[in-house]
Amino acid sequence: MTTITTGSGVARRRSRTPRKPSLIGLAYVAPALAGLLALYIVPLAGTFQLSLSETGPFGDSTFTGLDNYRRLAGDADFWLALRNSATYTAIVLLGIPIAVVLAALIHSVDRFNNLYRVLFFLPVVTLPVAVGMVWRYIYNGEFGILNQALGLVGIDGPNWVADPAVAIYAVSVVGIWTSLGTNIIILGAGLRGVPKELLEASSMDGAGPVRQFVSVTLPLLSPSIFFVLTLSIISSLQMFDLIYVMIGRGSTAESGAQTMVYRFFQQSFVEYDQGYGAANAIVLLTLIMIVTAVQFRLQRKWVFYG
Amino acid sequence: MRKWIAAAMVATMALVAGCSSTDSADDGPVTLTYGVWSQEETMQKLVDAFQAQNPNVKVKLQVNPWTDYWTKLQVGAQGGTAPDAFWMLGDRFQTYASNKQLLPLDDAIKQANIDLAVYPKPLVDLFTLDGKHYGLPKDFDTIGLWYNKQLFDAAGVKHPTADWTWAEVQAAAAKLTNKSAGVYGITAPLNRQEGFYNTIAQAGGSVISSDGKKSGYDDPKTQAGLQYWVDFVRKGHSPTLQQMADTEAVAQFENGKVAMYYGGSFYAQRFHENTALRSKVDVTVLPKGETRATVINGIQNVGYAKSKHPEQLRKFLLFLGGEEAAKIQAATGAVIPAYKDTQQAWVTSMPEFNLKAFLDEIPYGVVYPVSANTAVWNKFEEDSLAPAWEGKQSVPEAAGKLAREMNEALAKE
Repeated sequence: MTTITTGSGVARRRSRTPRKPSLIGLAYVAPALAGLLALYIVPLAGTFQLSLSETGPFGDSTFTGLDNYRRLAGDADFWLALRNSATYTAIVLLGIPIAVVLAALIHSVDRFNNLYRVLFFLPVVTLPVAVGMVWRYIYNGEFGILNQALGLVGIDGPNWVADPAVAIYAVSVVGIWTSLGTNIIILGAGLRGVPKELLEASSMDGAGPVRQFVSVTLPLLSPSIFFVLTLSIISSLQMFDLIYVMIGRGSTAESGAQTMVYRFFQQSFVEYDQGYGAANAIVLLTLIMIVTAVQFRLQRKWVFYG
Repeated sequence: MRKWIAAAMVATMALVAGCSSTDSADDGPVTLTYGVWSQEETMQKLVDAFQAQNPNVKVKLQVNPWTDYWTKLQVGAQGGTAPDAFWMLGDRFQTYASNKQLLPLDDAIKQANIDLAVYPKPLVDLFTLDGKHYGLPKDFDTIGLWYNKQLFDAAGVKHPTADWTWAEVQAAAAKLTNKSAGVYGITAPLNRQEGFYNTIAQAGGSVISSDGKKSGYDDPKTQAGLQYWVDFVRKGHSPTLQQMADTEAVAQFENGKVAMYYGGSFYAQRFHENTALRSKVDVTVLPKGETRATVINGIQNVGYAKSKHPEQLRKFLLFLGGEEAAKIQAATGAVIPAYKDTQQAWVTSMPEFNLKAFLDEIPYGVVYPVSANTAVWNKFEEDSLAPAWEGKQSVPEAAGKLAREMNEALAKE
């Protein structure tokens, strides 16, 4: 408390002289600030307040303190959803090494360079719902082409998106597929930033292509990899659309494959339990912030800003 | 700084005021919105007919697909932007009515001298809370036994008739199942309205006590109604739950992979529009268990309590529940209208099907089971009964657990 008062006192004293310019500056950022306030800060505060309440179906609420959070801790479904989100994120992260290799391959060929980029980028610009629908058909246990292809080699495939034991993995593979494009573009830009002289120097020193990639390219690419990693983790932990479209309500795999955001949606908008849903959302937000903070800590150890 | 904030706030207020100022005009034509999830063409015809009689009222149709309908409606009701008139179902009705989201209609019904006896009684009861009425029934549906004539003929099994019982369905399902051709005798989805709610009533059991306070799932008779479906899956005469999660049961029937399907009257139009299917399928009344029964359910037109034009809205709601509106709907074949003696037009609208069967069932129709917070135990039903369908638990085990969970939830209502 005391530190805050002294802090603002210092700020006030310091800002006394350039008062006019700061007003104009504020005017310039006001539209952005208003947007931030109205679209993020206020809803966030509202969500937090909601998470401390027991809510009725039409917005009436009573303050119940930390009850919703206590309920979360003892809710097996919550832990299952958390595990599913973690599994999904872990699998989608496996796509990053794939993206690195693909980006390097695309970078190394001279012809049709952009064509490859466009092809890999197509899933990114496709509507997630359309992607989900198409994959749902591919995965269909009886008529899907995946099981038909497996049948040719004598494998009897499962009901990929209806079997709770495999559904989350099946969805994760689609997650890799959809995120590949963005990652390749970002990593490709990073690859272009690797100075040719360094590569030439290393080959003069006798490094083969693999050694060159590992010892020169990768370290210089690490800032891009870090960026891709951070974004992937955040977006994977927030995954909702694929589950909603590919598995959906009432499916045999629904409760087995639900993710954090899917559960939040169910609680808030299907089961009319918005206070509980809000608590779920706040926990997810906290989790994402912690994971991201940890990553920024760890990056000092492995990211190389040449 | 304060000046800036004040200026910004004034600007925002002006914007907001600008948006809402159009609503205040009193004497000009009034616009009502009408929220529905399907039957767009038929509903537009109703709206046109109403507007022709009421030049001062405009009605705008808002169609939200089924998957989003309830989510949007609930958010809209909470935020004050729900449509003026909208469709309501029995399992949601009490939640809305008990939270004062619906416009009471009793005075208007009395003033207009409307006799509620023109509607099937279970439907009126379904939408009555504490003796109060909030709308008039729009349509209703009953469940029938749809069957694929081609598959029956190919297997040399006689077509189902009105006097079939459970035993005949079981025998036919066994004969019709042809694993090598990928054909199943019947589908046994985990479906309330079209599935186990019917057989529970036919077995003499109940889902919920008539006062809505106790679960009926611990009753052996109720469990017999569940066992009927589980047996089809266990014997391999129905696709598994997982197969039906991949490909909807009704789609399997439409694809000719399944010979029998317990389905609602609301599928008649869909099957009829499918020209490849139209000549292959027909329907009869539900087979008899211990007794005869079908779930009767329907849509009710209700009004939003916070509507800005309650007077015009009441008029519109009464029109939607009236005889003229019923006749328009029957003629298009979209649904069975709830209004007395207007149903014949629906039956003749699709002469290829024995639609009369759906009307023959009305006398033994049972009301769709609901309580104040139906959605809560509906979820328990899905979660607890699935293991029985999948063969992981016996029916008494699964249903016993469900009864305990449901009783706990009902005690809190």
